[in-house]
Amino acid sequence: MLPFLSHFDGSNGKLDRMKDVAKIVRRLTIAQIYAARSGHPGGALSATDLMTYLYFRTLKMDPENPDMPERDRFILSKGHSCPALYAVLGLRGCLGADPTKAWKSFRKLNGLLQGHPDVKSLPWVETSTGSLGQGFSVAVGMALGLKHTKSSGHVFVMLGDGEQQEGEVWEAAMAAAHHRLDNLCVIIDYNKMQSDALNEDIMGLDSLRARWQAFNWPVMEIDGHDFTRVEEAFSRVKKLKDWPVVIIAHTIKGKGVSFMEGSPAWHGSVAIKDEEFLQAMQELDATEEEIKEYQSWRV
Amino acid sequence: MAGVEAKIVGVGEDSLREAFGKTLVKLADKYRNFVVFDGDVAAGTGTHHFMKSNPDRFFQFGIAEQNMIAAAAGFSTVGVVPFVCTFAVFTMRAYEQVRLSIAYPKRNVKLIASHPGLDVGPDGASAQAGEDLAAFRAIPGMVVVSPADPIEVEKATEAILNYDGPVYMRTGRSPCPTVLDVYYKFELGKGKILRDGTDVTVVACGVEVARALTAAEMLQLEGISVQVVNMATIKPIDTKLLAECAGKTGRIVTAEDHNIYGGLGSAVAEALAKTKPVPMEFVGHKDVFGESGESEELAEKYGIDKNGIARAVTRILERTS
Repeated sequence: MLPFLSHFDGSNGKLDRMKDVAKIVRRLTIAQIYAARSGHPGGALSATDLMTYLYFRTLKMDPENPDMPERDRFILSKGHSCPALYAVLGLRGCLGADPTKAWKSFRKLNGLLQGHPDVKSLPWVETSTGSLGQGFSVAVGMALGLKHTKSSGHVFVMLGDGEQQEGEVWEAAMAAAHHRLDNLCVIIDYNKMQSDALNEDIMGLDSLRARWQAFNWPVMEIDGHDFTRVEEAFSRVKKLKDWPVVIIAHTIKGKGVSFMEGSPAWHGSVAIKDEEFLQAMQELDATEEEIKEYQSWRV
Repeated sequence: MAGVEAKIVGVGEDSLREAFGKTLVKLADKYRNFVVFDGDVAAGTGTHHFMKSNPDRFFQFGIAEQNMIAAAAGFSTVGVVPFVCTFAVFTMRAYEQVRLSIAYPKRNVKLIASHPGLDVGPDGASAQAGEDLAAFRAIPGMVVVSPADPIEVEKATEAILNYDGPVYMRTGRSPCPTVLDVYYKFELGKGKILRDGTDVTVVACGVEVARALTAAEMLQLEGISVQVVNMATIKPIDTKLLAECAGKTGRIVTAEDHNIYGGLGSAVAEALAKTKPVPMEFVGHKDVFGESGESEELAEKYGIDKNGIARAVTRILERTS
């Protein structure tokens, strides 16, 4: 059993614990990708703090009951960042008392944790993502459906920055504003980097704020690694009426692992080498016992 | 059904899309569990009737089909069934959304495509989808339906609403003859023999059913006995009925307002190859795109009218006698 699991309790939901919890999420993210010999670390690490905060402090949910009708929905439209989502779900109690078996199964045949979020294998996944743009549209439809049935749930959807290049994103942004979906919140993990290179080299996004404002969305722009700012933004979301809201979270690709930070090489599906794994674990304060456990996953 | 003779009851005023729109209004009170999505083509898809009668259950998505179709998947998760309506070509624009967001999780979404095939008429090649049946048939678990007349559209619409899962259904743009009577029972996944015959079986769907029945009348005058099957469900196809018909006549002609590749003809061939292989002819678009013209003119030019079907019947008899 991983050492941190035995003393993981409700106190982890406190704001001053977020940093520590996020650090564990980062270790688990690297461990899953290391064990699978493939997966996308860069965008998972940039989105880690945001997802940790959401699951521990924002989403109305019951870890025992994924289908609770009045739950808040979260859709990871940038589906390739799923190892961080799986880590958070496990720590939040959504993958059973010992989520180790699930984490070990990431990207493996018959595994619970598929290479991209899979609606059919994991009840916590609201829709399958991995094809950029679609998760956002599905979220728009959910928010509209919840309003139509007068249900209380809020819909949160996280998009990547490269994802903004999909035309469907702007179709969805238009529709959500037109239908005044004030039960919908978009979070953009703005790490400035995509698969091949920097956004600005592939297809520039400036000014992201102006683009969303032009689509009639109220915009909040924050440092996505500063939990105080993250708290300020998320605590406003459900209070805003009449319009959907977007949080542009400035983040760092590969955040928390020095050699991955700001490097597009760690966006794509990569195999993490032994020495890289060990260095990452050291930087993220993993214990010897924990490292041994992760190494056993790789077999 | 043996011995049943279906005749063309008459050229109705209604196109299949109008029949569909009016059916939605009829079903609205009986079924409170559905809504309608449309992408700025309500006058074209027939949903304008429902937009007027049930504005609180009609959702406008504008000219943005990828979003509309994926949003329908999300909407369906609250337990309400969206009928998503646009032209057949524009459903293909959102093919990947249908694949991942609707079909993969088996969402209860009904895609209703007006303006399929050369039946589109004067709008020309850009709108004349001849690939949609093939495309949606290739998606795992997707049910594909193409009703033959206004009566079947009404019955099929209710049947797919009562089916829990993703469905692609064609309607049609041009006025369409009525070939079925009001007592006709539509069964999803079942073909129906509309006219019995002994020499050749014509298996048709959509607007080709009426043309097949007319061709059969013409051929009867020449002493050729043609069995006509209405195969409204293209997937899953009625393999049992096909094998029975192939066993009886030993010759199959398929007829569809669609490319000859991948649609009804292919589905029938795949089914019979495993059960009762017989010689076949395929009536459809001969791997070409259409053009402007009235739908009947186009049907004649592209060989999918009654004469085109009759020629295929003659051809198969010549090469098998």
